[in-house]
Amino acid sequence: MNGTIAKLALQALLGRRRFFLLLAFPVLLIGLVALVTALVDGEAAYEVLPNLGYPLILPLVAILAASSVLGPEVDDGSIVYLLSKPVNRYGIAFSKWLVALGATLAAGALPILVAALVTGDSTRATALFVGAVVAGTAYSALFLAISAVTRHAVIASLMFVLIWESLLGNLFSGIAWLSIGQWGLRIGHEISAELPDPANLGYAIVVSLAVTVVGVWFAGDRLRSFSLRGED
Amino acid sequence: MSTLVLDSASRWFGNVVAVNDVSLTIGPGVTGLLGPNGAGKTTLMAMMSGFLAPSAGHVTLDGKPVWRNTETYRQIGLVPERELSFGYLTGRQFVRANADLHRLPDASAATERILQVVDMVEPASRRLDTYSKGMRQRIKIAAALVHDPAVLLLDEPFNGVDPRQRMHLMDLLRRLGDEGRTVLFSSHILEEVERLARHIEVVVSGRHAASGDFGAIRRLMTDRPVQYAVQSSDNRTLAAALMAQESVRAVSLLGDHLDVQVGDLGRFAVDLPGLARQHDVTLFELSPSDESLESVFAYLVAR
Repeated sequence: MNGTIAKLALQALLGRRRFFLLLAFPVLLIGLVALVTALVDGEAAYEVLPNLGYPLILPLVAILAASSVLGPEVDDGSIVYLLSKPVNRYGIAFSKWLVALGATLAAGALPILVAALVTGDSTRATALFVGAVVAGTAYSALFLAISAVTRHAVIASLMFVLIWESLLGNLFSGIAWLSIGQWGLRIGHEISAELPDPANLGYAIVVSLAVTVVGVWFAGDRLRSFSLRGED
Repeated sequence: MSTLVLDSASRWFGNVVAVNDVSLTIGPGVTGLLGPNGAGKTTLMAMMSGFLAPSAGHVTLDGKPVWRNTETYRQIGLVPERELSFGYLTGRQFVRANADLHRLPDASAATERILQVVDMVEPASRRLDTYSKGMRQRIKIAAALVHDPAVLLLDEPFNGVDPRQRMHLMDLLRRLGDEGRTVLFSSHILEEVERLARHIEVVVSGRHAASGDFGAIRRLMTDRPVQYAVQSSDNRTLAAALMAQESVRAVSLLGDHLDVQVGDLGRFAVDLPGLARQHDVTLFELSPSDESLESVFAYLVAR
């Protein structure tokens, strides 16, 4: 953990226009859920969460956060200003991940908890929140790793979420074994049986942890081998 | 005192060879890395600063490889050509962040000291995105120098900097070289390199073309054969007269003009008007046909 890197990452996150997008998601989600609760009832409003809030807004927030703390610097090469220092590369990746994680939890998981509480059942809300924390943790590490390898990190991450997890995940139940969102739900299932039970609990815990650790480690390793190419 | 050594270093990207078997030793003092655009200067700089692995050969600083060696940055200060994208920081915050990343014992004092060295104390509380090109360049140098490194690498530091600021930067680099630091900067402008560096390394098309004292390099560049295109009232008569001159190596008649290859530039310039008058030929046009920097460099490579 490096305080200076974390501070710079936080400034990069707050100092860009993307920040307002990051802020818009939770406001929209809570607003929508509150509106449906007021117009129909809590049960109908809750449906927004497993169908929109959890599978879409949470990973989108994670993509925005992870790509904001690392993406632009890698894209324009200005990360050399941080890397031309005797600072451990894994420490840089870890510090940046912590900032991305904080943003994902604050703008992704926390609003899901608030929205779920608005709909009533607090056990169900806690379960979904725990699932969102687990998934948000793994998502932010995975998207950080993607940001460290490709300039098209946002597109690649979106493809993973939209095509792999959402589209194919709905068609083939087996994809639950390779879907971060489903692992989170499985862990939340332990608290409330209203959440689905798509995979084995032990497996869900181990792979969530593995994706997080390997993602951050991989981002650090890519930074160790960061190459500066000429303009041509 | 630190020495940067490239030992038969090469770097290729797919089929494109960017740096081809370059061996260099860069010691204390100011060294200029001269070459036309696209010659591989940035690739060389990237290899020397540990931001590119050599495809073959070795790049070492005081005997230790620089690639994937985080510790070398204690000795190296790097000023990349890359623009700063930390526009939301003030100059002072940016330099201070660099000092903090080096974990300097008194980061605040080091920041103020180096801001003074680059003469940026007054604008240091303004945001980076309000700076002129020369100011950004100086703040980049301050950030690279804040930990008092033995080696300073600068990639095209004078690009886009106005003449007054350039003078100021040159004085600064000269002073750093005199202090016994190893200062290496790249440039594609001979005059720029000549004014600052005692020692010059020339790269062309990824190859190490020449190395030495600036006087020697200058001589190599000006004593080369030069081509002129000449138009006159009687090209054939002039060609015959020119061919008799020692300073001329070859003359060819090409349509409406003469192509003259000159061995001794000075002699040729002095003799030509007299020669024309003597043979009653009027000169319409005399122009060097290969004065571009690229042709100067091409000559050095072919030599």
